Amino acid sequence: MHELSIAASLVESVEQAARRAGAQRVARVFLRLGALSGVAKDALLFGYDVATAGTLLEGSRLVIEEVAVAVHCETCRRDVKLSSIQDFRCPVCGQPCAQIAAGRELEITGIEIEVADDASLQAESA
Amino acid sequence: MATRYLEIRQGVLSKNDQLAAGLRERFARAGLFVVNLVSSPGTGKTALLERLLAEMRAMGLHVAAVVGDLQTDNDARRLARSGAPVRQITTDGMCHLEADMLAGKLEGWDLDALDFLFIENVGNLVCPTWYDLGEDIRLVLLSVTEGEDKPLKYPVMFNSADVAVITKTDLTAACECNLDAMRANIRAVRPGMLIFETSAKTGAGLSELLAFLLAQRRAKYPTA
Repeated sequence: MHELSIAASLVESVEQAARRAGAQRVARVFLRLGALSGVAKDALLFGYDVATAGTLLEGSRLVIEEVAVAVHCETCRRDVKLSSIQDFRCPVCGQPCAQIAAGRELEITGIEIEVADDASLQAESA
Repeated sequence: MATRYLEIRQGVLSKNDQLAAGLRERFARAGLFVVNLVSSPGTGKTALLERLLAEMRAMGLHVAAVVGDLQTDNDARRLARSGAPVRQITTDGMCHLEADMLAGKLEGWDLDALDFLFIENVGNLVCPTWYDLGEDIRLVLLSVTEGEDKPLKYPVMFNSADVAVITKTDLTAACECNLDAMRANIRAVRPGMLIFETSAKTGAGLSELLAFLLAQRRAKYPTA
């Protein structure tokens, strides 16, 4: 299950950012997950609970925004959502489309952290 | 205690991506063309590489290979018979290679003196997908024994690769493999993908693949 190693990388990146911001705890982690990232949501959530144990992220929630695969259709001259990742053709005109516009995301967009009140004031004035 | 939202916008695998970007720069400075081979276990990555390394060396090219496996150095020993420098990464159960594992194996090699580096990834059509190794080209191999619909089962990997190589074509008839269907399935998940058809046993298709790799290297390093 590769999702566990992905979760471990996720925890490492988040913990670094959270420490830099003076966080005492991470409450939520927001992730964009593309359908073409090849990462299974449920397995990632399971791996997340394991990987966060004993870290600043322990007990936090992973909020996943799923992103559908979109390709750029040269014929229709716009980005179109694929109906299946086994069929890279424009659902409108049937043209094969290789240019991926969205769907590969495996990206942390942000985190919600808990900081001591004075640290929060400092951050706001900074 | 106060709660704050912190925007990050960072790839989950950014650490590997950064390392891979560093490797790619290092390879480019050395004029080295790097090929990452991915496939299921048993598709014939090692057999294909044995032929490519031998033929490239016979042409006077300087080639090297790094091989990843969960256990054993059998593949490295097979490839070393070509006379090319070969190193084995034994992952001890890990299902893919990562950029730092590759970087660690390059110590002591004079990259400037090499023309091609082949990375034989761990046999696995899932996990190597995400791990950039700083390669110029990712070759996905698929043998005629595996079934025509493999690209549909592993679309993410096939989509992440640059070029497909169908292997063991000498067994096409015996396996009742429909090559047209196989090609169509590859291109269903990666429209326009370049496909080579090879047999390491008979040598069929190897010269075309070799010519392609040489042309790719010339295109990247015109003065080399």
